[in-house]
Amino acid sequence: MTISRRNFLKAAAGGGAVLATTGVADPALARPNLEMPPKAIGLLYDATLCVGCKACVVACREANDLSPVFSTDEKLWDTPLDISAYTFNVIKMYKDGNGENKDQLKDGHAFVKRSCLHCVDPSCVSACPVSAMEKNAENGIVSYDADRCIGCRYCVAACPYGVPRFQYDTPKPKIGKCELCRHRLPEGKIAACAEKCPTGATLFGTVEQIKGEIARRRAAKPGEMVAYERQRVGSGDTHEKKAPRYVDHVYGEKELGGTQMMMLSGVPFVALGMPELPERSYSSISETIQHTLYGGLIAPVVALGGLVALAWRASKNHQDEE
Amino acid sequence: MSIQKPLSPAHRPAPLGGSLVTPVTVICALLSAIAVYILAKRFIFGLGAVTNINDGFPWGVWIAWDVVIGTALACGGYSMALLVYIMNKGRYHPLVRPALLASLFGYTLGGASVMFDLGRYWNFYHIFTPGLAHPDSVMFEVAVCISLYIMVMWVEFSPAFFDRFGWTGMKTLVERLMFAFIGLGVLLPSMHQSSLGSLLVVFGHQIHPLWQTPLLPLLFLLSAIAMGFAVVVFESTLATSGFRLKSETRLLAGIASVMNGLLAAYLVVRFGDLAVSGKLGLAFSSGFLSLMFWLEIAFFALPLLLLQGARRNRARCLFIGAVSMLLGGGLYRMDGFLVAYQTGAGWTYFPSLPELMVTIGLIAFEVLAYIVLVRVLPVLHPNKSEPAVAAAVAAE
Repeated sequence: MTISRRNFLKAAAGGGAVLATTGVADPALARPNLEMPPKAIGLLYDATLCVGCKACVVACREANDLSPVFSTDEKLWDTPLDISAYTFNVIKMYKDGNGENKDQLKDGHAFVKRSCLHCVDPSCVSACPVSAMEKNAENGIVSYDADRCIGCRYCVAACPYGVPRFQYDTPKPKIGKCELCRHRLPEGKIAACAEKCPTGATLFGTVEQIKGEIARRRAAKPGEMVAYERQRVGSGDTHEKKAPRYVDHVYGEKELGGTQMMMLSGVPFVALGMPELPERSYSSISETIQHTLYGGLIAPVVALGGLVALAWRASKNHQDEE
Repeated sequence: MSIQKPLSPAHRPAPLGGSLVTPVTVICALLSAIAVYILAKRFIFGLGAVTNINDGFPWGVWIAWDVVIGTALACGGYSMALLVYIMNKGRYHPLVRPALLASLFGYTLGGASVMFDLGRYWNFYHIFTPGLAHPDSVMFEVAVCISLYIMVMWVEFSPAFFDRFGWTGMKTLVERLMFAFIGLGVLLPSMHQSSLGSLLVVFGHQIHPLWQTPLLPLLFLLSAIAMGFAVVVFESTLATSGFRLKSETRLLAGIASVMNGLLAAYLVVRFGDLAVSGKLGLAFSSGFLSLMFWLEIAFFALPLLLLQGARRNRARCLFIGAVSMLLGGGLYRMDGFLVAYQTGAGWTYFPSLPELMVTIGLIAFEVLAYIVLVRVLPVLHPNKSEPAVAAAVAAE
């Protein structure tokens, strides 16, 4: 008996038809973006208020018990160039031409805070095979538990913002990332970066408060005097400054289903190194495929039944042929 | 995996015998030893001491080659089981056992090599721990299915060991239940070979659009099965010439025609998907990545063009076609996991020498183990005249 392609495809369809339906997602199994948790907390980073003092970088180190990271020969000052498994928060800078004008694209400069954005629908959590990355159902903090972690670095590879980082220089490595100072919250404290920020560029609050604050700032006319709070929304600790001209984009409002750290800026976010992202979360696409194929193990069990029956038939036939 | 009743001695697989110390085995052993030394360094000082992986490219060749390509190259057993037991093509039966042995090794070593790459390998069992295991994770599915499949393959191959040790009772028991293991042995690789593609879906824009698609699992599955058939042709050609066995060209021609069917399906899905999502233009406008894309396509297309009609019966054409298929499937995976993985400005990765030596050592160890095992276990079908067969029959 010869095999034709058609026969092959027919048989393949008989055995593993269910497995071949990958692209066609059943709407009932489609997994939409996750929703913002009810008591979500987060940060507002307003690049126009940031003066690049890096008090937040130092505060983050103290709060998370991290040693200084050096990038100069003298090794005198803490000079991290990027976030890493040993640095959870940095301030980076955009510069163009002579760099004189703050928050301007041309001949200007601008700062940007890089740290975990605490996604509403995080890729790292979806990717983690052992629940070492988890999103708190109440406050939405994306946390890491080294005791669970197997060190596969799928989270490092998956994060669209490049946030979780790995320790390559030790036989007992961990992932390092901002966890929004979740260990300080029970003491009634807020994220250290927001607590130490002298201008309120980094501001702590519930996501609801942060959204309100964003609306208030965007409503202000450029040039008019506006009061800005420090530390947290509702702290009452304010200073006054002229309202800037923001770009018409709140970073983290819609990116991959939103994030709990949101950003305002005077220059486009692409210039600050933030990726342009669609609204549908990557984890929802990935999990829709997984649920379609493996939801309730229904398809695999049906396929297994068919495969076992075919194998049994073949084993009978092969014996008869003898 | 012998479901059949005992065949006449001339048709039975038998140990090939012969010396285990040859230039090839010695070189393989040396390369394996170098890999062991480098791995010792990795376990004492950490991954960074021997690899070039970084936070932009946290997965290097130990994942892309050893696991992703390695297990696809080990799909021979899976593809042959699909052909012989699911599609009921009994005449290919002689090719099953050698294919299964290669798969057993490819997968067992691929699985083991994951342990070198895992930063916190001592926590590995968490993947199977209820409460920690995370079924939404593609990695979870891959890890569980590969682990189970390795166990299933050892069961499938166990009759060869029972033969060797004369444990007839165990052999009969396993063979009676074999159809169930064969079913599992086809289901599990279907699941994880497709999921190896799904691993990339969550990377989103970080994978270049020429590779990023929700059809990744289907493309990975089709190409993995085709690679399984190609590897059977490849290994069979090498084994028959290396061990001077009877040529199996006629059987291999049949395999090649099935492989071409899968290749055609793969290309239709790949180009159909690019066309439907309006990404065909990127195949010409993506610079270096366009080049890599067309290189892949060329490797995939060559067997389709080469193995038509009578040429399919020529051993050389078969071998070239198979190698081309393996290069195409390998490159597709290497591109997906490393070359087309764009993680942001400033990150680069090229494997370090020690990193490559571990991968090479792993392949060397596989070759070494294969040679040793076919010489001591009944796997291949030697010529009747070989004294090894007589010895094997006498041993029973």
